[in-house]
Amino acid sequence: MDVKLRLLRFNPETDDKPHFENYEVEADPMDRLLDCLHLVKWQKDSSLALRRSCAHGVCGSDAMVVNGVNALACKVLIKDLEQPIVVEPIRGLPLIRDFIVDMEPFFAGYRAVKPWLIVDETQHEPERERLQSPKERERFDDTTKCILCAACTTSCPIFWSDEEYVGPAAIVNAHRFIFDSRDQGSRERLEILSQRDGVFKCRTAFNCTAACPRGIKVTQAIQEVKRAALFQSF
Amino acid sequence: MAQVHEYDSVIVGAGGAGLRAALEAGKRVKTAVVSKLYPTRSHTGAAQGGMCAALANVEDDSWEWHAFDTVKGSDFLADQDAVDIMCNEAVASVLELERMGLPFNRTPEGKIDQRRFGGHTRDHGEAPVKRACYAADRTGHMILQTLYQQCNKYGVEFYDEFFVLDLLMVDGHCSGIVAYEIATGELHIFHAKSVLFATGGYGKMFKITSNAHTLTGDGPGVVYRKGLPLEDMEFFQFHPTGLYRLGILLSEAARGEGAILRNADGERFMERYAPTIKDLAPRDMVSRAEFFEIKEGRGAGPDKDYLLLDLTDVDPEVVEKKLPDITEFARTYLDVDPLKEGVPIVPTAHYAMGGIPTDVNGQVLANHNGDLVPGFYAAGECACVSVHGANRLGTNSLLDIVVFGRRGGIAMAEYASTHKLLKLPEDTERSVQQWLAAMCDGPGEESTYEIRSMLQEEMMDKASVLRTDESLSEALETIDKLRDRFTRTRVKDACKIFNTELVEHIELGYLLDMAQALVVSAKARTESRGGHYREDHQMREDDHWLKHSFITKVPEGTPQLAYKDVVMGRYEPVERKY
Repeated sequence: MDVKLRLLRFNPETDDKPHFENYEVEADPMDRLLDCLHLVKWQKDSSLALRRSCAHGVCGSDAMVVNGVNALACKVLIKDLEQPIVVEPIRGLPLIRDFIVDMEPFFAGYRAVKPWLIVDETQHEPERERLQSPKERERFDDTTKCILCAACTTSCPIFWSDEEYVGPAAIVNAHRFIFDSRDQGSRERLEILSQRDGVFKCRTAFNCTAACPRGIKVTQAIQEVKRAALFQSF
Repeated sequence: MAQVHEYDSVIVGAGGAGLRAALEAGKRVKTAVVSKLYPTRSHTGAAQGGMCAALANVEDDSWEWHAFDTVKGSDFLADQDAVDIMCNEAVASVLELERMGLPFNRTPEGKIDQRRFGGHTRDHGEAPVKRACYAADRTGHMILQTLYQQCNKYGVEFYDEFFVLDLLMVDGHCSGIVAYEIATGELHIFHAKSVLFATGGYGKMFKITSNAHTLTGDGPGVVYRKGLPLEDMEFFQFHPTGLYRLGILLSEAARGEGAILRNADGERFMERYAPTIKDLAPRDMVSRAEFFEIKEGRGAGPDKDYLLLDLTDVDPEVVEKKLPDITEFARTYLDVDPLKEGVPIVPTAHYAMGGIPTDVNGQVLANHNGDLVPGFYAAGECACVSVHGANRLGTNSLLDIVVFGRRGGIAMAEYASTHKLLKLPEDTERSVQQWLAAMCDGPGEESTYEIRSMLQEEMMDKASVLRTDESLSEALETIDKLRDRFTRTRVKDACKIFNTELVEHIELGYLLDMAQALVVSAKARTESRGGHYREDHQMREDDHWLKHSFITKVPEGTPQLAYKDVVMGRYEPVERKY
């Protein structure tokens, strides 16, 4: 079938501002949007710039705004998209070129919440694994799925207007540790998240949950972190 | 002028092996990690099923049984000293990952849970054993995330989206790399006392592959062009369950949890090929069986060109809980619900057993005599220790990256702390600058896209699961022609910022080199062993071929081959039956 694409292009060396360009490629309804973007790049205009790697929704490289909503280009199929398919870069991060944005502010938010296991290192290391019941493990299962694609954070209206806000993805990664029975760093993490740019900036717009390509209940995780911060319960 | 950075140790690649090495090197000496992708985009994150270690949490097990399975799975080509190290250190490596926070699935008692996987058996082949430690079907994702978390905790320095273009050698010593900063188009020299390559595989030379677009053999490509050898390049693993047409991986864990492979007649065909462990036979055997089924007209579908992975008899809760991702892949990309019907699958190019030859500490070998390259290390899929021999067992790649990433990281730091920084020659980056300039010059009458597609089709048709002298000769002829056409391509995008056309162009060059090395090595090996199956030489020939191939590029003409004996140990080669 013929597929009509309308891509927001921006070359920082020659353009003052982004502009739309139209393309048409021949594809199968079961093809991914990424396949069509590749056809544009490989057959029509080699200068099209995008990030991608695994092409099946696990590496998190190719988050874009597709027909107005955030998605991974490798995880939406042509048959499910209205044409012309309008593709834009994700919002709220500095645009560099075509679909490539500066990811640094995003990763800075991630690092700010200390997303690693915190344990008392003065204690003697156990010889075997620490025990954790299947129920305890299940408690934070949902938030271990995060691939740091930024689809949630860049769909958040608060993040668009305030780049200092750590954003949904950082909170998801804090949640992954706050509710891990082995972790001992919840107090310091919640202290960070209770500050001005932390979890209470969230106004539960639910955009993040809709945007997550991994199906994580992002808004619920944020609410759980808010409760943990308010009541010191985790 | 290139920017110059000075470090003790530089690691290239930020998947599991690179990050694990970085944790060790970073604790000991000034270390940088240079990576083409953001670390969390690395393909370690796509690994699904698990990581084997004889924890014996669920069933009786021992690391020697694991070692035996690995050697037998390798069709006796693995070096047994290295296999012993890997299987012995596996237990501590899994426990260490748990301590770093990796969220493994748990048994009812709260221990790390384990499940069955292809080729892993109890007591030297008696029956399948539960040895694979796992986190649902995203074990690789969890390993990658956990190692990245730890690197952030310890403040490892990253240079993300920097592409390696050259290895710097001073009087035979490795002294750094030249990298291209994708965001700016600038060259950077990383001047170092020791370098470790952990750049991953090169499955993108095949049309149907589970590999990411970015897996193009960059590290081995740089090494090959430096005139250093690559080992066992003829051995490439095809995974038996790639999604039809797409090649996206469906984990062997599906069969570990009870899924069955069926042909068009609904027959469980693996009963004929591996009567004892059936669908859990090693990947080389299952992929071959699938090719035979299709060749003999028992493939499913209108074109009889695929087989079916049947999960309908597996408890739906197990499917949803322990195999959620692969269930979603089938639903998303093929519109097939695994709970209700068989999933169309084909063998998919998955893993390079061959690569940059190293010793058990990750140090790179300069030749088949075993001489070492001072200051140069490699680990993970881009390396060949060799623990996988002619066929890797499922889960052993995640184990490999953690065990040998760690050993390589320690060894490179020790080397760096006992050696001085060597003076680099003037104009170190000049040859790379000239190379880049040449890419953007010229008639540009040939298309990179066409050349890559033709390479992928040809490799799939003539150098994949079934090979003959004729098919390999044809493939080599095609590769030579494509290499020639490649010289007449041109990068048209003139923008310096995120010039991904230029990146893809360089990647294709590496792929063409890897394809040449693979096919020349495969054509010379006139036997069948593990993943290398010759229809014109169907038997394994231990008298002639119990040895590793070393292929070296020469300035003109066909690359040269030499051979190195396999390190034997407790296990003598026997016929490989399951």
